[in-house]
Parts: sequence; C-alpha cells; structure tokens
Amino acid sequence: MSTNLDIKVKHLTRVEGHGNIVVNMKDGVLEKAQLDIVEAPRYFEAMLKGRSFHEAAIITSRICGICSLGHQLTSLKATEQALGLEVSEQTVLLRKLLVHGATLQSNVLHAYFLAAPDLLGVGSVFPLVGTHPEVVLRALRMKRLANDIGDVVSGRAVHPITPVPGGFTHIPSEKELLEIKRRLVEEMVPDYLATVETLKALAGAIPAFERDTEYISLRSDGDYALYDGDICSTDTGRIADGEYRKMTNEFIVPHSTSKHCKVSRSSYMVGALARWNNNHDRLCDVSMDAAEQLGLKPGCTNPYMNTIAQVVEAGHCALDSVAIIDQLLDNGLKDEQPNQEPTKFGTGIGATEVPRGILYHEYAYDRQGRITKANCIIPTGQNLANIDDDMKKLVPEIVDKTKEEITLHLEMLVRAYDPCISCSVHMLDVDFIE
Amino acid sequence: MANKPRVAIFDFTGCEGCELNQLNFEDQLLDILAHVDIVEWREAMDDRVDEYDIAFVEGSLSTPDCITRINEVRRKAKVLVTLGACASQGGVNAMKNTQPIEDVREEVYGQDKYLFPTLPALPVSAVVKVDYAVRGCPMTQIEFLKVFTSLVMGKEPIEPDHAVCVECKLRENECVFEKGMICLGPVTRAGCDAHCTTVGQYCTGCRGLVSEPNLKGMEEILTAHGLSVDEAWKRLELYNANQIEGVKP
Repeated sequence: MSTNLDIKVKHLTRVEGHGNIVVNMKDGVLEKAQLDIVEAPRYFEAMLKGRSFHEAAIITSRICGICSLGHQLTSLKATEQALGLEVSEQTVLLRKLLVHGATLQSNVLHAYFLAAPDLLGVGSVFPLVGTHPEVVLRALRMKRLANDIGDVVSGRAVHPITPVPGGFTHIPSEKELLEIKRRLVEEMVPDYLATVETLKALAGAIPAFERDTEYISLRSDGDYALYDGDICSTDTGRIADGEYRKMTNEFIVPHSTSKHCKVSRSSYMVGALARWNNNHDRLCDVSMDAAEQLGLKPGCTNPYMNTIAQVVEAGHCALDSVAIIDQLLDNGLKDEQPNQEPTKFGTGIGATEVPRGILYHEYAYDRQGRITKANCIIPTGQNLANIDDDMKKLVPEIVDKTKEEITLHLEMLVRAYDPCISCSVHMLDVDFIE
Repeated sequence: MANKPRVAIFDFTGCEGCELNQLNFEDQLLDILAHVDIVEWREAMDDRVDEYDIAFVEGSLSTPDCITRINEVRRKAKVLVTLGACASQGGVNAMKNTQPIEDVREEVYGQDKYLFPTLPALPVSAVVKVDYAVRGCPMTQIEFLKVFTSLVMGKEPIEPDHAVCVECKLRENECVFEKGMICLGPVTRAGCDAHCTTVGQYCTGCRGLVSEPNLKGMEEILTAHGLSVDEAWKRLELYNANQIEGVKP
C-alpha cells in the first residue's frame, strides 16, 4: 500500500452509538488517526439538577440501555452515601447478583453478536443463523438466562425497576431464585464451556498487536471486584474510590462530544482487560481454565484481547451467581422495605465496574433531597484517548496491508473495546485521508 | 403481505435501550426474522439500503443532523413506527428543554460549549409524520410484538388510550397511593400491563399521557399526598416535558 492513506468510516456499525474512524497519512507520515465521537450530546448532568433523590437512578439509567443496570446501581450507591442511607446484606447480595447477570448478558452479546462476525468474515450475526444455527441458539439461550436474572431480581433487565435508594421495592421469591440457579448449573455452565471451545477455533483471527498502557479497574480484598472496591492502577497501585477525580482528569477535545481522560500517561484503558490484568488472581478455576485455553495471560497488552477477557470473566459471573443465590437462601429471604429516611444531605460518590469498565457517579444534594450538582464519568469516555493512541501505533505497523484490511483492523480494534457511545456522550465511523 | 416486509431500524438521540430490547426477544427473535427481512440496522449489522417497508425509529431529535436524517428515513419508509418514550414524546431528553439552552450546554461542556450544536429535544412527530408508536421506557415489549404482528399481517395496530390505573386494577394491585407513595398512573397511557406498580414501584409516566389528561387534577392528588406543587410538576416532567409545556404553572 502507498505511503498515502485516507480512511473515513462514517457511523461505524456493530457498536452502541455513533462514531467515525478518521485516518490520514501523507508521504508516510501519520497526520491523523482518531475516533470522532458524533453522538448527539444529551446533557444528563444538567437534567439532574433539581431532581429528587427518588428520581436520580431512574434518570441516569437512561444514559444507556445496555449499561442501564450499571448506571442505576452506581447512582444508588452515590445517593446512599450522600444521604447516609444504610443498606442490608441482602440488598448488597441481590445487587451483586444483578451485576453478574448484566455483565454476563453484555459480554455474551458483544462476543457473539458484535465481535464474532469479524472473526468469521461476515457483516452481522444474521447470516450465522443459517450457517451456524447451534451457535446462535446457544448465544440466545445464554443471553436469555442472563436477562432473566435481571427480570427476576430487578423487574426488568433494561432500565431495571425495583432497585431504589435504600434497597428494593420487590424481593424475588425463593422459587424464582432456585429456578435461576438450576438453569445456571444445567444450561449456562455447559453453554459457557461450549462458547470457550467455539472461540478457541476463532482465536487465530484475533490480530497480534501490543501496546503497553495504564490499566485501571476496581480491586477489592475479597472477591473479583465488580460491585465495589478501591480504584487500582497498574502504574500507581490502589487509591480510595472517593479520590476518583485524580484517576480520571476529564478534558474536552474538538473531535468528540464525549470527554477524554488521562492519569499517569497520555491515556489509560478500562474494561474487562484492565479487570483481568488487575484481578485475575480473584477469578474462579473455570475462568482461569478458559483464559489458558484462549491464550489470555496476566499482563496482557493486546487491546483486541478485551473480547477474550470478557468471555473469561463471564464464567466467573455465572458460577459466582450460583454462590450468591446459595448465600441468599442460606440467610433466608427477608421481605424488607427500602430504607429511604435520609440521615444527612451531602455529597456521595459511587464507583462500580460495569461491562465496559469503571463507572463513577457523584452527586451533591440540598436539604430537600434534591440534586444541586452531578458528575458522571463513563468507561467508554475513559477509553477514547487510549483508542486514539492504539490507532496511532497500529496504522504504521499495518500500512503494507490493503486499505480494506487496514479499515477492518481499525474497526475490529474499536469494537474490541465494546464502546458504548450513548454512554460516553452521554460512537463509531473510520476516516482514512490520502 | 405476500412478500416479506423489509424492515429498517434507526437510532437518534437516546440510549439504544429500545433496540437492545429487540435483541432481547431471545425466544421470539428467530420467529421474527422468519417473517421480515431486516435490511438496515447499524447497531447489529453493516448493510445500508435505499428503501424499506417499515422503519422503526428510536430516540428523540436534538441536533441539526437528526433533522436531516429523519427526513431521509421518512422519504424511504412506507410506514414509520416510533420506539420508546424518546421518539414518541421526547422522553427524558426533553427535560433539558425546561432550562435555558445556554445554561445546559455550559453545565456539561463549560467554555467549550459551542463545539457541539444542539436543539431542543423533540419527538419524531414534531418533524415528520409518524404512523404508529410503541411507547414506554424502554419500549414495552408486549406492545412491540402486538404492533409488529399487526403490521406483518396487514392490520391496523390499536393504540390504547386509557390510564395505567385500569390495567393496575386488573392486576388486583393495592393502589400505590394507599402505600404512602405517589404515582402517575392516573394520567399515563396504558399498554404496559402496569408492570412497575406490580413490582412495587410507582408509575413514572414513561408511556406518555393519555389524550386530554386532567393534569390539574393530577397536581391536586400529588400535592394531597405530600409533594409540593413544584415537585409534582417535576415528577410529571420526567418523560413528558414537551406535553405539559403550557399547562405547567
């Protein structure tokens, strides 16, 4: 391929939201390689001003349909901290179960429906219905069960209903939880093992590309940190979640309606690969075995492996869900009412691992329990600078390939991050400029 | 229809939760695919086409680019169906319309606010003709299946125009007001089978207002149950800021 290159992919497909990839190389010098975020801004921080604490999580879950549970729980944690609302052990366990269901659902959706078509050289999952029906049916079965966890525990998987400040408006029955457990053991585990086998056959199509960066995720002393923990960086170690602004440093760039972030370097990565690099020692044996089969090693610096890391942690989500249900039932389900009597009105921060990475919400409340200031920092926004940096290293390395191959590599790179642009703008196209 | 209808799905300003809800028909997805050809859907596939029988549209219109795109969709579509609260009535996005637009932009982007153009968040019907609406936030799945089945069978979908209270009574729920909470069920359009109130939450009005809602009466009930007048209208505003404009004090 020539030393001049002009790629422009408008409204990249198979990602959540609207973005363009723009790459411009002239006489062998890379002038531009970036992801333009063109999603329409929605101004959630402004919408939240003056809203009751009862509405905060309802509104912020609407930032994103795919990540609605993550936004909702992060919002509830921020509100509860600000208003001094204690929650019960049962509430925390039910929320952890919901996080597992949502992570499992999102990771399966991404691996099978959005990423796998690239590995098989097709434009969408739909042709696979004819060619690989058993694989599509398996994906649908796994997604259904993951969503059923959301339906049973939170009333609805997309924009959950029952999680409210201080607890839940409705507690699932023992019978419903036992049925979820039975299906996890009898259906999800075999389907998960089959997924690992399928992916093993396709893993050779994952591009070899390495770029060391800073990886940031939550980390806790006990479990594989998803619902809560300290903020942990591969560069600088652990820090309390209240210090999140030091670990994000949002800034605005003209080519993106989503803000960018940086900490120790020009960019950092959040998401399943960051979680893997920081917390692989907390995963269950089934996940560790999947990692070994799929070639995922600790300290992995290939961003394309993020999809693999998602599949690896999905096994943990399935098995830990079984453990959580056992504990809920051992404790005995209690028909608790949510604790909604504020003991103070101040500022609160919530930090949660959602499928695409670490999510922060911070609210300040007045004495009427209304929001005076809100700040939401979204995983995809945190990854945007890292994606731009990846593209700047990747393009010169693959410049001898055809324009179509280069474009595909760039699209696959962006998809590997499983970007959620609605969230980040609260994005994707490829632009090559010759 | 003799030939399979050609279906296209589009997203504007929103969270894409309604589209996700379509991928969440795991049990029916393959049956749905057997009755239509999905010819364009950016979230799930690469193809782009020039005409289609049914366009499903998610999201509200809030930038100059949205207006251009929705006109193109309308030109290419025989039938246009909105999905969800954002497309059908403006949804949560319309809350920003109640604040001065410059303040809203400054709150989020500070001194860089002019980098990104914005308009008041509008329902699709404010710009082009809408044939049918699947309401809710996210869109109500049972209603989507009803509208989808009707269109595939060449029948006219029926839009409910009674209050959520009717469906809530049919579910034999205790009235939410009796539980010491507030509820927007009396003025909210039914069709959701009162799902939220059945699982202990109040109706937040996501399916939009019934025709000719008694909003003054709703204000009286809400204030009688402890909300200030200002808070009562704020709750009504959540999904219906455009609809209560002019009635709200």
